[in-house]
Parts: sequence; structure tokens; C-alpha cells
Amino acid sequence: MGAVVALDTLFNGGQVWKGRPAPPAASPQPTGHAALDAALPSGGWPEAALSEILLAGPGVGELQLVWPTLARLSAAGERIVLVAPPFVPYPQAWENAGVDLRQLSVIQASERDALWAAEQCLRSGSCGAVLCWPHKADDRALRRLQVAAETGQTLAFAWRPLSEAVNPSPAALRIAIDAKPAQLRVLKCRGGLARAAPIAFAVGH
Amino acid sequence: MRWVCILFPQLALDAVLRQRPDPDEPLVLLNGPAQRRVLQAVNPAARKLGLRAGQSMTAAQAMSKGFATADYEAAEVEHWQQFLAAWAYRFSSQVSVHYPRTVVFEIESSLGLFGSWAQFEARLRQELTELGFRHRIVAAPNPVAARVLANAYDGLVVPDGEALQHHLGQLPVDRVGLEPSVATALSRMGLRTLNQVQSLPRQALARRFEAQMLKHLDTLFGARPLALAFYLPPDRFDVRIELNFDVQSHQALLFPLRRLTGDLSAFLCGRDSGVQRFDLHLEHAGLPDSVIKVGLLSAERDPAMLFELARGRLEQVQVEAPVRGFRLRAEDLPSFVPQFQELFDDRPQQTLPWEQLRERLRARLGDDAVQGLRFQADHRPECAWQHGVDKQRCAGLPSVHRPGWLLGEPQSVAEGSARILMGPERIESGWWDGDDVRRDYYLIQNRAGQQGWAYRAVGEGGPLWLQGWFA
Repeated sequence: MGAVVALDTLFNGGQVWKGRPAPPAASPQPTGHAALDAALPSGGWPEAALSEILLAGPGVGELQLVWPTLARLSAAGERIVLVAPPFVPYPQAWENAGVDLRQLSVIQASERDALWAAEQCLRSGSCGAVLCWPHKADDRALRRLQVAAETGQTLAFAWRPLSEAVNPSPAALRIAIDAKPAQLRVLKCRGGLARAAPIAFAVGH
Repeated sequence: MRWVCILFPQLALDAVLRQRPDPDEPLVLLNGPAQRRVLQAVNPAARKLGLRAGQSMTAAQAMSKGFATADYEAAEVEHWQQFLAAWAYRFSSQVSVHYPRTVVFEIESSLGLFGSWAQFEARLRQELTELGFRHRIVAAPNPVAARVLANAYDGLVVPDGEALQHHLGQLPVDRVGLEPSVATALSRMGLRTLNQVQSLPRQALARRFEAQMLKHLDTLFGARPLALAFYLPPDRFDVRIELNFDVQSHQALLFPLRRLTGDLSAFLCGRDSGVQRFDLHLEHAGLPDSVIKVGLLSAERDPAMLFELARGRLEQVQVEAPVRGFRLRAEDLPSFVPQFQELFDDRPQQTLPWEQLRERLRARLGDDAVQGLRFQADHRPECAWQHGVDKQRCAGLPSVHRPGWLLGEPQSVAEGSARILMGPERIESGWWDGDDVRRDYYLIQNRAGQQGWAYRAVGEGGPLWLQGWFA
């Protein structure tokens, strides 16, 4: 055994580096909802990956969840592509949410072509965010979307029915929206444990 | 070094060969009347079989059966010379097709743009090889000398008059473009090379030969300028490939399609223009052509992109009869504006620009598949949106609360299944266009917690009509 050295002198001399829990780095893709950002390990949407949003039906705030992100991306000049949306986007509401409509493109496609179109848009790398509504997407189709999002370094969002929550999915993040009470549940997130407690999600008017 | 002459030694053969997927297959070009077909040109593979130009067809068939034939057509040769002139127009504004099977163009004024002659020559050779034409390139101080030296040399550069005198002087008299009778007369006098002719007194030559001969020699050495008619590119592109067999599947059309779009691209680069609409004609025997229209949103000229888009349209077409010929026509050639690209792009290398992506999507999903969205200043929800893109960002109306999703058709809400959270908001509009609307709008919530936007016409009872979701 060598000489016993007092720890304090080492620390005070700055010779030993002390590991501290680092403050979480600010995510390049914050969601715009402070409570949700705090619950996600990266502090925002997983970058260059597929995020899945599960909901029981339309009208529970599924667009308000992504509008802050879309507003930020469109202000930065990024293109936002809606692949086969289930309804018509109401321009005034989207504009009020801060989304620049000039950066918005809507692709009309059949069920089969919609997945192809979404994959092409993701893979191209020329879009900031690609939004799609796959109805009967299987595990393979979702995996393709996930890989395409990684290749093109693009945010991908997929809205799917809540009943899919029991099935596994390759998406990097899965969020379920409950209407009553209005809350978000993080079912899965890459890079950390999913928080069990639900997050209050007030649908604003 | 001011003029470049590119001589195409087997233009007719190359024009046929480049339309075939396998250029190493033996091929001969036939000429002459039907009773006595004569081999006009043979490619190296056919030469290995023992075939020679000038043989009769019967003699050739006696030697071998395994070769393909095609007709030699003078009009085709003329056409391809024009095409190559259009290609050369990219490098110089003074392009001449004065000599057959040859393109002559002035180059000194363009070297500032294209770099040194060595680089430029390499580029010419590479592009011609890609287009599928064999060639000989010579640069000389005047066009006549360039053309004459191309008879004997390939890759020769003559920098000045002294070197020109040296190179031309060594040429035999029958290779310098003199009339055959004059060349024969000179050689019978014992004058074999141009040097020997030059050393004779001028008066003696003028007395013995026609004035044409001295004029030719003077233009050859640059003492007398030659007036050339310059090529003007046409403002349309129309090229046809004849298929020698009935084609049943689109796979067999891909090679000709690649050639046609490649040619179109070379033509467009020469004119510095792009193409926005072009037609593919599929020709059938005894039936009218099937026409495939390819439309783009902006002018493009990248060969790979043109090919991919045309392919996307071609693959979806079903035709009634086998295809015998293939034709590409482009009438409308707007000027080409290169795309704006960021110098420092943080996206990956394989990024496909949005314009190209949009064309790809439209090629497969249909012309109207990709659309923008704009706000139309109208209070009626069904009239408040339009396809299209605004030039300027429209101002939002933050005080007005509108749903994010709008239903295409309003749905009736069952009585008692939803409660009203807010409302009514009266929307009354459209009396001027006959589509009068008087409605009271309510914010409703159903038992599942979904929030919708529903209305009831003023003065009517009955159920609420759901028109949107506050998503």
C-alpha cells in the first residue's frame, strides 16, 4: 500500500475529476410542451426517428401536440409534408398555431401508395417533418418508415389507433393521448425508461 | 489554335449501334437497290467474321449468317450531324456543319470558360464516348486546315502558322481536299506532298490549274478567310428510334428511353434551356400512336431525372398492340434556371431536392397528388381553403377559434351523444354567389372526450351537423 492521501487535498488541487450527473442537453427538437419535454430522455422528439401517436379518435388534441414543432420547423424554412391526411387541414387553425402554410405540402394517395410516398419523403432528406396516418401498417411497414427517417435525418410522425398500443412497434417514441382525463402517456421511449405517470395535457381553446 | 474539327469516321454505323443494347454484336449497314444490296459499313465484330464494306449481300450471307443488318439512310446521317452540332453549340456559338460527317467550331473565345485545351479536349472526348460516337479531334488556326488535318491525325494541336505549314506540308496531295483531277495531275507531275507544290512559283500554278485550286490552298494556309454558314439550333426536339422487332413489355423500352432522354439532355445543355413538357410516342403497326405526356412543374434537364420521370409514366401505360417505334418530342423548351442550393447543408449527402422529390411523387401518384394549401378569405368553412401556395404568408386571425381538421362532408350528431361547450357563433355568408349559409356553430364534446365543431342552420331544428375536429 502506498501513502495514504487525503481525498480533500486531491479534490481541492483539481487533480481528480468528479463525475456529476450532467444536466440534460437541450434537445434539437423540443416538443414545445414543457411537461412532455421533461418526461422524455432527450428533452424532445427523438431526432431522425419515427414517433408514434396513439389516439382513440380524432379531436383529442392530436394536432396540438405537434403544432409547436411544425411552427418552429416551418419558420426555419423546412418543408412539412402531410401524406394522405384523414381530413382537410383548416388553413386558419394551422396558421393560428404558427405553421407557415407556404411550407406545407399535402399528398393525396391511396392506402398503399401513402406508405410509399411517406418513405420517399423521409428518405429524400428534403423535408423537415413527414406526417402520416397509416391505418393498417404492419411491423415491417413501420420499420421501413423508421429506417427511412434515419436515412433522411427527418422527423416522422405517425398517428395510429389506440388499439395498436398492445402491439410492439419499432418507433423510437410512442405516446398515447387519453381524452378523459386529458393526459399523455409515454408508452415507449428510446434512450430511457418510459415514465409510468401520465402527463396532464390540457387541450387549449 | 482557334478552330476545332471533330470528324465522325463512322457516323452512320454509330447512329445505329448506339440504339442497340449490345454494341459488340456484328452489324452491317446495307445500301443499294433491292436486287443488289451492298454492304456500306461493317463494325469490328462483323469484320472479324470476314465481312468487308463493298461486298454484296449474297456474298456476305455465304460467309456467315450471324450478323444483324440495318439500312443505310443518308437522311439519318444528316440528322445525327445536326444533333451533334446542337451538342457542340454548348461550347461555341460558331458551329458549322459545312463538311459532311463533321462538326467544325471556333473555340478560342470559349477556353476562358472551359479551361485549358487539354482539359477541354478530354471533356469533348468523354461526352462523345458517352453519347456513343467514334471521333477524331484536331485543332488548327483555321477551319479548312482543321478539317484537312483531321484526315490524317487525331488529337493534333496546331498552335500557330509555322507549325501549320510544317504539318500541312507533309500531307500527300490527294489528302488535302483538292479536286481529284487536280490531285492526279499533280502526282503525275511528280509532286507528292504539299511542300513540293508550295515551292513552285505561284504564277506557274495559276497558269496550269484553275483558279479554284489556288483559292483552296490560300484558305488552307489561312491567307484567305473562308465564309462559313453557322448552325442555328432548332427550337424543338424530335427524335425517333425504330425498333426492329415487336416490343411487348416496357422493360425492352428502357434502353431506348435512356438514350432518348440522354440525347434530349445533351440537346438542352447545348441550348442552355430546360424542358417542362415532352411527349413519348409509342408507334404501332396499323394503329395510331399511343402518346404518353410527361409534364414537370419546373424546367429540368438532368438526364437521370428525365429518364426516371419518363420511366415512371411509361411503366403505368397499357397499350393495345406491340410497339414498333419509339419517339420523343419536346416542343416547349423554356430557359433553365439552376436550383438554389445551400453551400453548407446539414442534411446527408444523398439529399434529393424537394423539386425532384415532388416530380417523383407526381410521376407515380398522378399530376394532382402533391398540392399546397392556402387560406381563402371566406367565412364559410368549406370555402375557406384552397389548393395552391400563397406568395406571401397570410396573416392569422388569432381571435377566431377554428378546428384543425375539417370534414369533407358534415355528419349528423346523434341527439344526446354530445354536450355543447361553447357557442353559438353565427356564420352568415354567401348570399352573393347563391350558396347562402346561415349557421350557428357550437363547440361540442362527445362522451369519449373528442371535441368537435358542429352547426345547426338558423331557424331549423333537428340534429347538429359535425363539420370539424378540434384536434
